[in-house]
Amino acid sequence: MSLAEQQSGAIAAAPAKNRARSGGTSLRWLVPTLYVMFLMLPIYWLVNMSFKTTNEILGGFSPFPVTFTLDNYADILCGVPEIWGGTVRAGCDTSWTWGYVNSIVYVCLNTVLTLAVALPAAYAFSRYRFLGDKHLFFWLLTNRMAPPAVFAVPFIELYSSMAMFDTVFAVALAHCLFSIPLAVWILEGFMSGVPKEIDETAYVDGYSFPKFFTKIFMPLIASGIGVTAFFCFMFSWVEMLLAKTLTSVEAKPIVAVMTKTASTSGYELGLLAAAGVLTIIPGAIVIYFVRNYIAKGFAMGRV
Amino acid sequence: MHKTLNQRAWFMVLPVLFLVAMNALLPLMTVVNYSVQEVFYGDYSFVGPIWFADTLASERFQSALMRQLAFTFTILAIQIPLGVAIALCMPKSGFWASLCLVLMALPLLIPWNVVGAMWNIFALPDIGFLGYTLNAIGIDYNFTRQPVSAWFTVILMDVWHWTSLVVLLAYAGLQSIDENYYRAARIDGASRWAVFRYIQLPKMKHVLTIAILLRFMDSFMIFTEVSVLTGGGPGNSTTFLSIDLVKLALGQQDLGNAAAMSIIYFLMTLLVCWLFYTLTMQGDKR
Repeated sequence: MSLAEQQSGAIAAAPAKNRARSGGTSLRWLVPTLYVMFLMLPIYWLVNMSFKTTNEILGGFSPFPVTFTLDNYADILCGVPEIWGGTVRAGCDTSWTWGYVNSIVYVCLNTVLTLAVALPAAYAFSRYRFLGDKHLFFWLLTNRMAPPAVFAVPFIELYSSMAMFDTVFAVALAHCLFSIPLAVWILEGFMSGVPKEIDETAYVDGYSFPKFFTKIFMPLIASGIGVTAFFCFMFSWVEMLLAKTLTSVEAKPIVAVMTKTASTSGYELGLLAAAGVLTIIPGAIVIYFVRNYIAKGFAMGRV
Repeated sequence: MHKTLNQRAWFMVLPVLFLVAMNALLPLMTVVNYSVQEVFYGDYSFVGPIWFADTLASERFQSALMRQLAFTFTILAIQIPLGVAIALCMPKSGFWASLCLVLMALPLLIPWNVVGAMWNIFALPDIGFLGYTLNAIGIDYNFTRQPVSAWFTVILMDVWHWTSLVVLLAYAGLQSIDENYYRAARIDGASRWAVFRYIQLPKMKHVLTIAILLRFMDSFMIFTEVSVLTGGGPGNSTTFLSIDLVKLALGQQDLGNAAAMSIIYFLMTLLVCWLFYTLTMQGDKR
């Protein structure tokens, strides 16, 4: 019997005074349904616009595309062959495609780098006491609170002086500012759920630390690592201010390419909408893979 | 869990420390430098706290701060109760629960400028669904011209964007409640309200604390969505702290004032979060 049934059972079994309320519970599904509809409406509108021609968009209000067109998507994706060195058709603006490639590259770099350094640190925080550990933990968290706008200007100077300005590495490293504290926070929650006896037994059995960590410990917290990767991906993918400030031409992310169009909008709304729809897709795919862990990850990770 | 004392654990923390310190301390020191210096044709001279005095006294900063506070408290007052209500009404398991979670998480993974652009298209008075519908039913609505409409749109956008985070956190808190509590409540004949007040709410306290903390911090930093949607306008009516700061630093290149403002801004966020964190941690101990 599921919890939901038990809960409604609990209400039905309550004294007659409360029984009148059980009529309300049968309409419960309405609240999440209405909320999801509210969430989907602007997304539908974006998809709707992306299939319209410019003439139709400027022509006036219509709830669905009358002359259905894929031209907006074709304009954005026409640069794809260039990724593996192919040729593109004349007049194609390949900055769209490269924007997507750059974004995906720095998001992945950031996720891998964050996990690599956060795993040992989270293990140290969850298993050992050491000088200044609590202060260090709170200091890490304060970086999650730092407004990116504060760091925009100094970041340009910092990464220029390291000759990394306008590379995907600069963005990947800059995003570590908030992805690492988050990752340490989530992983520490998951690791504290693993009994310490497992570590001790492994050492008694003659496992070295690296072998124990990769062969025994990491599989135990695999779902935690998955959830952490999800959040790293998420925050790096949605962030724009730093990604835009730290790049100019070569490593321009898709979010920055879009602002170029946004400023001339009115004429290119369809193109902007199509690009927007394409940025939602990677997120949707990632959510689908972690759907069973999302709620658990939020609870354990205290994100 | 009992933890063993081991100073060598520092070595495991070092890579994290190095990366975060590089990203956090160096820029912070740069900002502190700018905030006490004047740059005049490449010459740096120490000027003391004049930028801070300037910023604190300036009407521009004060009004941005007021707008920021009004915005933050409005969205907290809407999102926290709404999120809890939705989480309480959600199915506890099965296909529909998964579907709800996936669909609700979707706004969280949309790049922030796309959120702004999406709401721009959605709210346009002539061709957007929201703007067109409101005008069709006789409400004069134009978010690029009227401050009231702009505020309404910005708040609705933030509710759309972030309420799901509160729902997910509250839902996770509800999932962790042992069914024995409900069984005991049933035996006692507790009302629905009593179950919420004495079982569900206390169990959700921890995640709700996190929800409030996160929503406070993130709404205090809001930049991209609003900047794409309204650009801080009409006039200055939706110019929040971050937007003002970016205008000052990147637009006007007024680094002294911008740096002083950055530090005041950062300290305010830090103070509120520290207070909140300490108070809730004390509450847990008692």
